[in-house]
Amino acid sequence: MLPAVEASSAPTPPADVLESRRTLPDRIGDAALKWITAAAAAGSVALIGLIIYKVVDGARPSIEQFGLGFVWHETWNTVTNQFGALDFIFGTMYTTFWAVLFGGPIAIAIGLYLSELAPRGVRGVVGSLVEMLAAIPSVVLGLWGILVLGPVVTSTFGPWLNTAFGWTPFFSSLPASGSTMFTAVLVLTIMIVPITASISRDLFGQVPADIKEGAYGLGLTRWEMTRGVMLPYTRGGLMAAVLLGGGRAVGEAIAVTQVAGITTHGLSVNLFTTGDTLGSRIAEQYQGAVSNLQIASLFYLGVILLVMSLVTNFVAQIVVRRYAIEKAA
Amino acid sequence: MEAPNGSLSLSARGRARRRLVTNRVAELVATVAAFGAVAVLAIVVWSVLQRAIPALNLDLFTNVQATYGETGGGISNAIVGSVIIVAIATALALPMGVLVAIYVSEFAHEQIKRYVRLALDVLNGVPSIVIGIFVYALLVLGSGYAAWKASFALAIIMLPLVSRSTMEVLNLVPNSLREASFALGVSKWRTVLFVVFPTVRGGILTGTTLAVARAAGETAPLLFTTSVFLNSVVTDPRQAMDTLPFTIFIYSEAADKTLNDQAWAAAFILMAFVLVSSLTARFLLSRSERKLRGR
Repeated sequence: MLPAVEASSAPTPPADVLESRRTLPDRIGDAALKWITAAAAAGSVALIGLIIYKVVDGARPSIEQFGLGFVWHETWNTVTNQFGALDFIFGTMYTTFWAVLFGGPIAIAIGLYLSELAPRGVRGVVGSLVEMLAAIPSVVLGLWGILVLGPVVTSTFGPWLNTAFGWTPFFSSLPASGSTMFTAVLVLTIMIVPITASISRDLFGQVPADIKEGAYGLGLTRWEMTRGVMLPYTRGGLMAAVLLGGGRAVGEAIAVTQVAGITTHGLSVNLFTTGDTLGSRIAEQYQGAVSNLQIASLFYLGVILLVMSLVTNFVAQIVVRRYAIEKAA
Repeated sequence: MEAPNGSLSLSARGRARRRLVTNRVAELVATVAAFGAVAVLAIVVWSVLQRAIPALNLDLFTNVQATYGETGGGISNAIVGSVIIVAIATALALPMGVLVAIYVSEFAHEQIKRYVRLALDVLNGVPSIVIGIFVYALLVLGSGYAAWKASFALAIIMLPLVSRSTMEVLNLVPNSLREASFALGVSKWRTVLFVVFPTVRGGILTGTTLAVARAAGETAPLLFTTSVFLNSVVTDPRQAMDTLPFTIFIYSEAADKTLNDQAWAAAFILMAFVLVSSLTARFLLSRSERKLRGR
């Protein structure tokens, strides 16, 4: 995915000069290959449009019924057919926020270790192992989260965090079971760390050696050089890396469904209660949906999720791209 | 500077010492973070393996789920289903992805190139559950579940991965190779298909393997396209099939201990496949890139 592929234009033979001497099969072959591949490219661009259209279309009854108010209404009642997305938008953003808060610094620290500290032999091994973490299927992480991590949260993390940080609203109660937003945050953290870490490592690798050496030449320690040179130099890219990680957390549905429980407690900031996100609500209710309006409302949640993740990814891509171009120039 | 009693000490003191300590602490934090991530991987792999062992036996691979009340049984139907669905998805995504990459690297103008790449990155960022409901709305609504619809959804997830990795290896092919071919009077399409393409076959293969590993573990699209419970092995892609991820998803919340064990066993099979194939792909990728770069 990253860094952006460098644009090296493939050469083309001077067609106009040679046109008359080219054989018919070659003329047909050139045009055919060009247009077939162009059609494939156009198709993949059109696919995004089709996805947006189909999901919005599926949400239409709900959009007509609730309008934009859907976004800030809390009720989700299948009996009275009243639906609102606020709880799930909150749940998505809140779990993502904590996962990024935990995962971002860890991931950047890993990036620094891999690019600056790790000995040659260790670098490749640790780097690929960290990337392996991203390859674990989310359903397996969810299974692990519910059956292994959940009990640990109840027995160990819960009492400990409640004793230490019980005065904050975030850990104000003991977890009733292993299915908490906190468990979901931990699982999401595990998912975003490898993504952000490997982008950070690549970014740090792009810092020119001469300015690093300049900093060392002034007598700075490695950490002072990192803080004074590496971090400012890569700031934009690091933000994008964290955003891309956050984008993954926003879109994750399966693992959250498995570990976060299925009920919401309104807009509770207590991490030791159960919670629900946009993705997990869709995954839970797609089959038991009782009315067309409920199905449409689930699609509406999908629209919101799509918008959130598209905006996140789009901004991140633009930042990365601008960054790559600036640095290349 | 000051050398009390005439003895010159080279160890840092005061401010200098504080700077060195800060530096050492920062290095330690970064190292702990990296090895912590590796430890988490080890813990996850170990706890899956440990719990999967009791359920790992031949029955698991040869039998379908036991009827209620009986012991034993297996998940052969889910294994077969996953293999078929992912194979069809690959057959859809691979040619499409390679064609898109060829267009971008060999034909497109600078501006169009940028848009197609952006589109692929955006597609890569669409949450898999949204792709699930998209395919549900497009294909499933009104006509029901089928394995090929799941393959279609997985192919959408694989497309940007295959395409981007193919573009990257195509960009590594030196232009002198293309120019040499043109200089011999070979037309563009022959150059692309018979000169450029053979050099990147290895790269495409590894990129595709990574995409397969990713697709095999996806669950969300399967929920909307082929979420069923069957007691038989299905091989007709026009019907719904059991799959490994969906089996794990359902069994993970089952109260039955045997089913929990089977969820762990399924998770182990899935994880082993995904980790081994992505490790192999990464290894091959770095080797083929080194070869293309001329070491």
